[in-house]
Amino acid sequence: MLTVSKYVFLDLLKNRSILVYTAVLAILSFTLLGLDGNSAKGLLSLLNITLLFVPVITTLFSAIYFFNSLEFIELLLSQPVKRTGILLSEYAGMALSLSAAFVVGVGAPLMVLLPIGASFVLILTGVLLTFIFTSIGLLIFVISRDKTRGIGAAIIVSLFFTLLFDGLMMAFIFSFSDYPIEKAVVGMISLNPVDLARILMLLQLDVAVLMGYSGALFKDFLGSSAGSIYSVVCMLLWIVAPLMLALRIFRKKDL
Amino acid sequence: MIQIDNLTKSFGKFRALDGIDLHLEKGQAVSLLGPNGSGKTTLIKSILGLVIPEKGSITINGQLIRNNPAYRANIGYMPQIGRYPDNMTIEQVIHMIKDIRKEQTNYDEELYHSFGIDKIKQKKMRTLSGGTRQKVSACIAFLFSPDIYILDEPTAGLDPVANELLKDKIAAECERGKLVLITSHVLSDLDGLTSHIIYLQDGKLMFHESIGQLQERTGEKKLNKIIANILTNADSKQICIS
Repeated sequence: MLTVSKYVFLDLLKNRSILVYTAVLAILSFTLLGLDGNSAKGLLSLLNITLLFVPVITTLFSAIYFFNSLEFIELLLSQPVKRTGILLSEYAGMALSLSAAFVVGVGAPLMVLLPIGASFVLILTGVLLTFIFTSIGLLIFVISRDKTRGIGAAIIVSLFFTLLFDGLMMAFIFSFSDYPIEKAVVGMISLNPVDLARILMLLQLDVAVLMGYSGALFKDFLGSSAGSIYSVVCMLLWIVAPLMLALRIFRKKDL
Repeated sequence: MIQIDNLTKSFGKFRALDGIDLHLEKGQAVSLLGPNGSGKTTLIKSILGLVIPEKGSITINGQLIRNNPAYRANIGYMPQIGRYPDNMTIEQVIHMIKDIRKEQTNYDEELYHSFGIDKIKQKKMRTLSGGTRQKVSACIAFLFSPDIYILDEPTAGLDPVANELLKDKIAAECERGKLVLITSHVLSDLDGLTSHIIYLQDGKLMFHESIGQLQERTGEKKLNKIIANILTNADSKQICIS
């Protein structure tokens, strides 16, 4: 089963889009970290880049790649192997190669220019986000009937989590500001992996001003360490849940 | 060898397969014919477990195929369109398939050599023409010398030399008592190769007969004549389903 992951991984390492993605991340990281004398500022800019780029690119790229591999997946499924095995190894190959791109593109410059604890957390955050949005890309692939619809769904879903969700949250906070909604807000954050990633990172940097309302609430309710653990657990759930759902649907899917 | 009972499959309102009963035996070369959308590919995919039937059952070598992927070790499948990961080389693709079927180590690499794939094995899949990719698909289908071959439009896109090589290979495998199931729109390619014809229309089995029976019934020798004869007569009188 892992044999398939190995070949998918090798194929993707030579993929032009992955190489460009790595290069763009590396250039951005070097520039942002080099620009400021203030390391925390550079790290924050890099965080924002990560939070925008990783979900959008990962969801889109993985969905497109899975759709393009459909005939190949069919051929693999005509071998004596289980469906779940093939889908899992496609997932693992994809998530690992995108993570490798992130670790090389963002992690390496960070290790060279800013080897502090918070940098490690940023790398971890990026890798977690990659796994989450690959899961979501896989789920979109399994649900959608054709490629065009699938790619459309991938664009909408990734923009929903990166941009739209925050707007909805703002609207929610404004309209219910007279009520005690703190707990509800913390709960809502758990529904967006990008927000979880942001808070996980900001809890390390201790820049309460930049955390905004939701971040401050998070810290207030859970404290730094409990908050970090909570957000990592939620993010792990965000990897597992879409993946399990995708596997369940794929077992009964007609190809 | 393959026993199909009351196989039914719909996609939405569309009945792709409607109560198909079939029995295929060793040493037969069965041609699966029918117009576009008649359910040929759905039937093949059901046998491979890629499409999950609503009703009915498929038994291969006495084993029900549902939830049991092991039966596919006896099948070599050549898809209609072979698409492979762009950046893999031919060699990597073949290695990968061999890795997946680790238990089977008796490789039949005759086509691999006669098609000249061994000379271009370092090429990336992205750079190959449709015909060459088709050759790679054929090599993979025949690689493990399985008992059952399922070939979906195997000759489409092949050059005349490769076409003959493939047909000779198919004939040789039939001689060795293998079951071969072929779909093709090029009836002349099937002439002299097939022993039985299955004709599907609108998801229903119109007939399943041996070439000898059909020649007797229609008085024609060539396959395309036989089919044309049956189809023109079908308008006036109901085809008897044997």
